[in-house]
Amino acid sequence: MLLYILKRLVYTVPIALGVSIICFALVHIGPGDPLSTLLPEDAPQEVVDRLKAEYGLDKPLVLQYVIWLGKALTGDFGISIVTSRPVLGEVLPALVNSLILAIGGSILGFLVGTTLGGLAGFFHGRPADRVFTGMAITGVSVPHYWLAIVLVIIFSVELMWLPSLGMNMSGSTAFTFSIENFRHMVLPVIALSVIPAGIVTRTVRGAVAELLNQEFVEALRAKGMSERTIIRHVAKNAAPQVLAVMGLQLGYLLGGSILIETVFAWPGTGLLLNNAIFSRDIPLLQGTILVLALIFVAMNLLVDVAQATLDPRIKR
Amino acid sequence: MTATTAAAPALAADAPATAKRRGYWSTVWERLRRDPVTIGCAAIIGLILLAAISAPLIAPHDPYDTNMLKRLAPVGTDGFLLGTDELGRDMLSRLIYGARVSLFTAIAPVLGALAIGGTLGIVAGFLGGRVNMIIMRTMDVFYAFPSILLAIAISGALGSGIVNAVISLTLIFMPPLCRVAETVTTQVRNLDFVQAARATPASTGRILRVHILGNVLGPILIYASSLVSVSIIIASGLSFLGLGVSPPEADWGLMLNTLRQSIYVAPLNAALPGVMIFITGFCFNLMSDGLRSAMDVKL
Repeated sequence: MLLYILKRLVYTVPIALGVSIICFALVHIGPGDPLSTLLPEDAPQEVVDRLKAEYGLDKPLVLQYVIWLGKALTGDFGISIVTSRPVLGEVLPALVNSLILAIGGSILGFLVGTTLGGLAGFFHGRPADRVFTGMAITGVSVPHYWLAIVLVIIFSVELMWLPSLGMNMSGSTAFTFSIENFRHMVLPVIALSVIPAGIVTRTVRGAVAELLNQEFVEALRAKGMSERTIIRHVAKNAAPQVLAVMGLQLGYLLGGSILIETVFAWPGTGLLLNNAIFSRDIPLLQGTILVLALIFVAMNLLVDVAQATLDPRIKR
Repeated sequence: MTATTAAAPALAADAPATAKRRGYWSTVWERLRRDPVTIGCAAIIGLILLAAISAPLIAPHDPYDTNMLKRLAPVGTDGFLLGTDELGRDMLSRLIYGARVSLFTAIAPVLGALAIGGTLGIVAGFLGGRVNMIIMRTMDVFYAFPSILLAIAISGALGSGIVNAVISLTLIFMPPLCRVAETVTTQVRNLDFVQAARATPASTGRILRVHILGNVLGPILIYASSLVSVSIIIASGLSFLGLGVSPPEADWGLMLNTLRQSIYVAPLNAALPGVMIFITGFCFNLMSDGLRSAMDVKL
């Protein structure tokens, strides 16, 4: 087991390096100079040169990358061009807010997905299966940012039950466990949960339908076990695969929450990214994406290890 | 067609014995004919495509014609069947014209990724060894990003615009297509008839063309068709964020963005562009599923 974890860890290093190269490259594929947002068009050459030296932009690309990576490894992601504050200080609080939404969305998606998928798999091939599978396809085909708007129209504009923007009334961006915050969470969490719900439904349905066809289920039935015991056995066998899918979905939600956070003005990494893009704050863009991508890489690793722990057959 | 006959033994292996004699594609067609959902979805997609192509002929108004006096007219207004938007432009006409840009930004990246990723995958699968390792490990790096995040990151760095949106989407669909192409090619390469063909004087090019391509293209194309539904959601999402198409172009994602301010006045109008994205994505998803089971492909 330890060897497997070690192998996976070693394999993760080049991936993480590749991720850092892509994040670094982001600065250089864009049009114009990264400094263009800072400087007026007619800035004198010596000012441009001085700023370039200050940001290290006068050095060769490879050297710039090495310096940038070295700093990033020690937690120094640079200074936001717009706010002049350290990037990490901007990203971490936003990350907490995004995690709260992503975890909420994952839990809801998981609950809905396992229920619908379990039922669909159990009634495989019957009308109920068609209904639940149809719901799953709807879940993965619905543009979640549009669903978010529709939810706002129904629950905020028409019914006036739930708030449509932000995290709370005061405009603070720190999450506290208050009714206020939870009320603001309801709509974004629902909007985020549809895609994982659809994907988990498909996975669970496939796993359950396949497991029910296997001999050990037949054997359990022949032994006179109750349906409940059979369901328990099937659930145990389906768990590793479903948990793996769910773990990845949590990563996707965290990275892909930008659209939902934009609709609801939720102060997370998505909104931060949106602001970074439109103010062309490249260090902030780079830092946020690097942090999110590395979390996703770590999530993948965690899922693999967890899966191998639950299901020893996976270890090669 | 040589490609079709080569495809038959591998893919229709577990088709009923009676169907075998009729050939692979007629079996597929036979199955499709009995699947109203897939046919229906294909018909809807066909209609949307047709509307997009013949937009100037069927749109009742000029999609760019603003009318400040008739802003946000509700759905069903005389002369404006689906109402008007925040600048008084006819919604129906803009939705019809919007199909052009929206479908283009959804389908073009998948085709681009199919060409590049598919080729890389087939090469990696066919050659194996070191080439395979280099290609597939590079793709793994792209897998380390949630796809929406990568699309937004690249678009954000490149700046807004249709071309940049298509580039960033092509990049995110390349790795999954490459992986599917590699897996399928590796499987086919090890099948007996390919090994047998290698024993004959047939050139590598001929083996690739006749035996490999004929058998791998089907699964890869089906997988690509399922990606279109993801693509239209992300492409419209980019426009929705202001990273794709720029105003006053008619595009479903962009319309959703600009109408968002009007949800208090005209909620139904504001929701309409999303309905189009949803219907298109949904139909592509169901059609792809139907084709997959009709062609008996397991991915």
